[in-house]
Amino acid sequence: MSGRGKLKVYLGYAAGVGKTYRMLEEAQELRQKGADIVIGYFEPHGRKETIAKTEGLEVVPRRVLIYNGSQFEEMDSEAVIRRKPQIAVVDEFAHTNVPGSERVKRWQDVHALQEAGIDVITTMNVQHLESLNDQVFHATGIRVRETVPDWVVDEADELVFVDLTPRALRNRLERGVVYSQEKARRAMENFFTETNLTALREMALRHTAHEVEEKLDAAGAAAMLGEVPGEPSDPQTPVKKERILICLTGRPSSAILIRRGKRVADYIHADCLAVHVGDPTHDRDAVERHMSFARNLRIDTHVLPGSDVSGAIAKFARAQGITQIFMGRSAPLPWWKRYRETTVQQVVRQARDMQITIVSERRR
Amino acid sequence: MPSVDNVRPNPEELLRKVQADERRENRGRLKIFLGYASRVGKSFRMFDEGRRRKERGQDVVVGALQSGVTAEIQGILNRLDIVPPIPTRHAGRDYQVMDMSALFRRHPQVCLIDGLAYDNPPGSRNPHRWQDVSELLDRGIAVITAVNLQHIAEQQAAVERITGKRASNSIPEAFLHEADEIEVVDAPPDALRDRQKDSSLPDARCLAELRELALLLAADVVDHQLQEYLDSHGVAARWGAQERILVCLTPRSNAADMLRSGQRNKLRFHGALLAAYVEQADLPPKDRELLDKHLAMAREMGAEVHSLGGSDFVESILQFAREQRITQLFLGHTGRPGHSWLARSPIDRLIDGAEGFDVRLFPHGSAW
Repeated sequence: MSGRGKLKVYLGYAAGVGKTYRMLEEAQELRQKGADIVIGYFEPHGRKETIAKTEGLEVVPRRVLIYNGSQFEEMDSEAVIRRKPQIAVVDEFAHTNVPGSERVKRWQDVHALQEAGIDVITTMNVQHLESLNDQVFHATGIRVRETVPDWVVDEADELVFVDLTPRALRNRLERGVVYSQEKARRAMENFFTETNLTALREMALRHTAHEVEEKLDAAGAAAMLGEVPGEPSDPQTPVKKERILICLTGRPSSAILIRRGKRVADYIHADCLAVHVGDPTHDRDAVERHMSFARNLRIDTHVLPGSDVSGAIAKFARAQGITQIFMGRSAPLPWWKRYRETTVQQVVRQARDMQITIVSERRR
Repeated sequence: MPSVDNVRPNPEELLRKVQADERRENRGRLKIFLGYASRVGKSFRMFDEGRRRKERGQDVVVGALQSGVTAEIQGILNRLDIVPPIPTRHAGRDYQVMDMSALFRRHPQVCLIDGLAYDNPPGSRNPHRWQDVSELLDRGIAVITAVNLQHIAEQQAAVERITGKRASNSIPEAFLHEADEIEVVDAPPDALRDRQKDSSLPDARCLAELRELALLLAADVVDHQLQEYLDSHGVAARWGAQERILVCLTPRSNAADMLRSGQRNKLRFHGALLAAYVEQADLPPKDRELLDKHLAMAREMGAEVHSLGGSDFVESILQFAREQRITQLFLGHTGRPGHSWLARSPIDRLIDGAEGFDVRLFPHGSAW
């Protein structure tokens, strides 16, 4: 075995920009160079030019599953692993498998392939990145349900941005290249508007730039430990590593808080912790859901019992060497309780030496 | 924050907009392929788009080529009409000058022009090829062209820092912003180097840095386009994908900490850093002095400094944050409860009013 397989992701900003086409184009080039390459999964969407690009490539048959009386087809990861090619092409990285599949997410299937020493080339759209979920919602009004944790994409060896201008994409839609005419018309009125596409495209550009920079930083980490690239190093103020603490509750807005805190932590290269203080039986399911969401994003989670929320947070933050506390906005108190402090006010007072970030909900 | 607000432009603005629209309507469309280095494949992508357009029935003509055409590109060129550029020799240098009069006579729908940043020899119709392109556009001819990062004038200093080299010819970045569309041609540095054993290419690390620069430049162009589109459709500004940080300065705030964090976030997120203060008439001289020191510091750290009017600190800041599409607001706090138990403190009111941005509170430091 030659160790873990490599991962390459073609990143786009919407369906129809040509990710799959580019991926298959590369597959053809590799095949011509004599690589042992197979298609593990490919979604034709009835696009002629794309389908033509699969010609001559070996396809591992999909696995058929029955769910709720309907037939579904998924990648047959085990068959791909048995076939053990050098490289496998796997479309739609963010896809969620039908219940009853071996693994919940396709990216987990891809990991299994990599574990087996197979290099994988895959595709995804920027709106499936967990950290951008709220921004995508704010910009487009669409809440994307199928998400991939950022670390999964960060781990890719290569990320390539597939660009097409929104105008060209809308032309393609009009010509019926991407979807059937009827579906295309609806798409152009809803999701594929000029502003939505432009906003998503900007996110994809910035994210790719960020990933390129992260790779550069990692490569140069030994040489410039703790230094921000481009920032003049100041010997008088050694850069202290930031530690971010996210304060979770059972409230739905905690999901936004987690994503936002983690995104900031990732960008400033801070450690990221999450804590919940409170009666373990109260709101248990909601809190546990947020905790497991945080853990999926590789955040270090803690639960502290007790009723003195602000006191416990301040104490924990101090013990953990936290530099920044992330909190949601406190719910407004009823008027007859206005003389009391909100949790945010209490934390501000008790952790007065720390920075505190209050995250507002991102609405449309 | 409501993302759709009606804004009413004043009459002069409207007139300017109408005139600009008219000019744009008769002008040919400009599309630019942007690459971060040679060999990323922009010329191929440009000519391939020309081929597809021709297959769809558009009248496409090639106006300029670069030397050293690959076999792939030659295959496409064989199927396209070419108006050959005129080889010209001047002061010992060879130039390829676009045959403008032939192009005007031929008047195609679409003209493909490789090497946008080329210079013309002295005595030519225009000193630079991008000016030739501009003339074609004025005559209603659509242009598809390609350019590399190192040829964008405003990016040349940054490129030189990375590669140690500076290209002699360039186009103004404003020309990029004028384009109706720009498309990024992205490829990992390894793919480039395998493509051709080209000794003039910088090493992998430099290429990665150039790649990041090109992606961020494109993101900025796209951001401007989005804002322009929203403005021209009477839609108020809304957040783009860019992080925009606003540091609120007061005499007693810990400005140094806030600005340093702001600058760091600006660099990390490739965002914008703004600083604002609300004018106060009755500021004691000592506070005035402190505030001036903070403002000078902000300018020194590259923040865009704004002075806000208005009688209510909170309202002024909230309105400014909305207008400027702020995503992170930095504010100093003393950690002491507000002066009155019943009145909400300014900080509480700011937090309550924050729609779509985070409020980050900084302790005032030991002195306060």
